[in-house]
Amino acid sequence: MSEPVLATRNLKKAFGALQATDDVSIDLRAGEIHAIIGPNGAGKSTLIAQICGGYRPDAGTVHLAGVDVTSLSTAERAQRGLGRTFQISALAMEDTVLENALLGAVGHARKPWRLWGAVERDRSLRDRAMEALARVGIADLADQITANLSHGQRRQLEVAVALTLAPKAFIMDEPMAGLGAEGSKVMTTFLDGLRSEAPILLVEHDMDAVFALADRISVLVYGRVIATGSVEEIRNSREVREAYLGEEA
Amino acid sequence: MSTILILEQVLNGLQFGIMLFLMAAGLTLIFGVMGLINLAHGSLYMVGAFAAAAVAGATGSFLLALAAALAAAAVAGAIIEIVVIRRLYRAAHLDQVLATFALILIFSEGTRWVFGSFPLFLDVPSYLSGPVTLPGGIQYPLYRLALIAVGLAVAVFLWWLTARTRIGIQIRAGENDREMIAALGVDISRLYTLVFALGAALAGLAGALVGAIQSVQVGMGEPVLILAFVVIVIGGIGSIKGAFIGAVLVGLTDTLGGIFLPELFKLFMEPGAATQTGSALASMAVYILMSLVLIWRPTGLFGARA
Amino acid sequence: MIAERWINWIVLLGFVVLPLWALFADEPFTITLATRAVILALAAVGLNIALGIGGLVSLGHAVFFGLGGYAMGILAHHAQTYAPLELGPLVIEGTKSMPIIWVTALVTSALAALVIGLLSLRTTGVYFIMITLAFGQMFFFFSISWSAYGGEDGLSIYVRNDFPGLNTLQPIQFFGLCLAVLCLALGIHSRLRTSPFGLALNAARQAPERVETVGLNPMRLKLLAFVISGALTGLSGALFADLNRFVSPTMFSWQLSGELIVLIIIGGVGRLMGPVIGAALFVALEHLLGGLTEFWLVWLGVILLLIVLFARGGIIGILTGKAGPNV
Ligand SMILES: Nc1ncnc2c1ncn2[C@@H]1O[C@H](COP(=O)(O)OP(=O)(O)OP(=O)(O)O)[C@@H](O)[C@H]1O
Ligand SMILES: [Mg+2]
Repeated sequence: MSEPVLATRNLKKAFGALQATDDVSIDLRAGEIHAIIGPNGAGKSTLIAQICGGYRPDAGTVHLAGVDVTSLSTAERAQRGLGRTFQISALAMEDTVLENALLGAVGHARKPWRLWGAVERDRSLRDRAMEALARVGIADLADQITANLSHGQRRQLEVAVALTLAPKAFIMDEPMAGLGAEGSKVMTTFLDGLRSEAPILLVEHDMDAVFALADRISVLVYGRVIATGSVEEIRNSREVREAYLGEEA
Repeated sequence: MSTILILEQVLNGLQFGIMLFLMAAGLTLIFGVMGLINLAHGSLYMVGAFAAAAVAGATGSFLLALAAALAAAAVAGAIIEIVVIRRLYRAAHLDQVLATFALILIFSEGTRWVFGSFPLFLDVPSYLSGPVTLPGGIQYPLYRLALIAVGLAVAVFLWWLTARTRIGIQIRAGENDREMIAALGVDISRLYTLVFALGAALAGLAGALVGAIQSVQVGMGEPVLILAFVVIVIGGIGSIKGAFIGAVLVGLTDTLGGIFLPELFKLFMEPGAATQTGSALASMAVYILMSLVLIWRPTGLFGARA
Repeated sequence: MIAERWINWIVLLGFVVLPLWALFADEPFTITLATRAVILALAAVGLNIALGIGGLVSLGHAVFFGLGGYAMGILAHHAQTYAPLELGPLVIEGTKSMPIIWVTALVTSALAALVIGLLSLRTTGVYFIMITLAFGQMFFFFSISWSAYGGEDGLSIYVRNDFPGLNTLQPIQFFGLCLAVLCLALGIHSRLRTSPFGLALNAARQAPERVETVGLNPMRLKLLAFVISGALTGLSGALFADLNRFVSPTMFSWQLSGELIVLIIIGGVGRLMGPVIGAALFVALEHLLGGLTEFWLVWLGVILLLIVLFARGGIIGILTGKAGPNV
């Protein structure tokens, strides 16, 4: 089997006495969607932050395409091919939807030092941004101010910005949150097709979506991975039921 | 240069540092609890000094003057908290800067309106004037020693207040989570007014105490305010301990730099140029200190890591 | 509600018509006032790049204003005393030529902005505000204690410097020169704002973590903005010194840094013409209120407080009914 696109080994991060992630080792392989599930506060977002460079782990490593990126900054990791969406939208709220997507295109083209010439008139940047918006279905919102979007639309824009980067791996923190039933279905179909472009590490509470999409699932509880396996394996795991569903088991 | 002179300058630096601490403690408390950057803190220092000078002029009593300084600054602080500052807690830093800058304009020009442009003078009371002889034969002004003592007493009081009292617990809780303590039934807006008035009173006290060794005039607060900013940048915002250590460091650096740097340069430069270079460099010494601390620890010596 | 574009043109037109009127009505003082407004506007346009687009609340921009002023003062001083500036083996002749002075002002303040920015941008939020304020104070005290160029008393320059092809001694010609420089700076601001750099910088203000996740370094973006901003403010300092034929440590004062921010806020933060409108209004108030009462700053304080608390978006915000450039 080929080496994983993204691999974490023994990641540990504590906030004071709270061990938010504890010895987390997971792989993301080419072509797959690997879902991370777990109750609120399990440490999913903290794990993502360590993968993407927001938090420095107390111990452990992150490898991207075989290269140790643990000591690199968020920006450097993004340049090497990590495309991330945030659980709590991090968008330029005063700017238009198109401008947010253009930012991704500028980052991808590494053109931030162009001080002259309107960004919206740069064909290649504009095309890249518009294409990403169209793929998630919000091209018609391009000229809206981002602050006026609904929660679901902001999630879509988050994904669109990640698309402009053409990353080696997507890291998505709850892309379905706030989408509603219809929107979830559309996003599910979209992510399903996206995995052939780049594998997706998907943190999600929407279990229908997870079960429909995931090739593999890892269950995170109190910062530890208590099980990793196929959808069937996880569904049938007694351990998972006990830990995750608590008294129900 | 004699040891006596050196010790004397160390005491001067300490005294200056302790007065900076009175300013910095209020600033850092207000920032730590309410997240507010208050440029008008220097105005409260000025209010304290003017109130003291006016009351001392009318009654001749230094203690009454100090009481007036504390009261006037606390009341002024409470009023601006209720009328203006309260609306700014959730505002952007830029708005806080502007609104408190506007308050400086209003306070400074308002004071000039009332008291005129000429400096007032506040005399050291007779029972604190004159020098005392310290062990080792150093003659040192009693009043300055009293300032150091008052400052240390305030430091101890603040430590006790934040570490040992109910209010202190509320203050520390408020730093972390204002919803939480509101949920616990603490009247948060009263707590904020109280903290603000306390910080203001400390500034007013400093203004009155320093007013007796310098002149009392409009604009006296801002240079001290900016040094107090340097202090809390060095000490770490929100930390009283950091404010204390930062204040002493800044006080000593500023005072000793002014004396010793010109001397130092005389070792390898001609006297005229040495004095020039030395004193110019000394005027920048505290800012260089600040830069060094920043390079080493961007959030200050005792600041929470951002 | 009025479109912002119209407001911009009307204001610029005002800056052409008023001085021309003053010229024919023989009111040279009005021209001087207008020149003062234009130069302060230039300083604030510079600051607006860091503050309005990049969100950097610099309370130390007087550093650059002062450096520009002293660049002019020192060069012109050496020219008028016929004694070159000797820095060890390096001998620099003084000059009365504005272009050379301007380049010196731009380069000096850009370098200062680079160093100050590198240090200050290690931090954010209130730390940044306090640190820039402290650096301003450092230059202020340095200029007071450095007696070679007048120390506290400042430096007087007897005759205004020259610009090729113009008679700068004529108020209207000097005004025109300053206005041209201001228009150039406005052009730079508007180009910058729509460029890829401006887009990224503007996003770095609103969502720095987003900028990082697209592979850009927000701190470096802000640093470049700070350098450009400082350079433009430095240039305005050189012009200001030439207007008054005088430089002194007050050009470094923290009040000036505060006033530059005030100008921007009165006009409208992040708006192209915000600083220009703010400066015009500031100079007008200073002149009109200052004529009525000695304590006009009290009223400026009250106006400012009202704007901050109730009129977000400044004058342009009020006129267009939009609090920000987009919303
Ligand atoms: N910066 C921080 N400082 C202190 N504690 C933190 C910090 N960030 C997260 N935590 C704590 O770490 C734990 C894990 O948080 P995290 O956000 O990773 O959970 P999560 O699995 O993403 O939860 P959710 O499903 O609600 O998004 C939580 O208990 C949280 O309160
Ligand atoms: Mg989460």
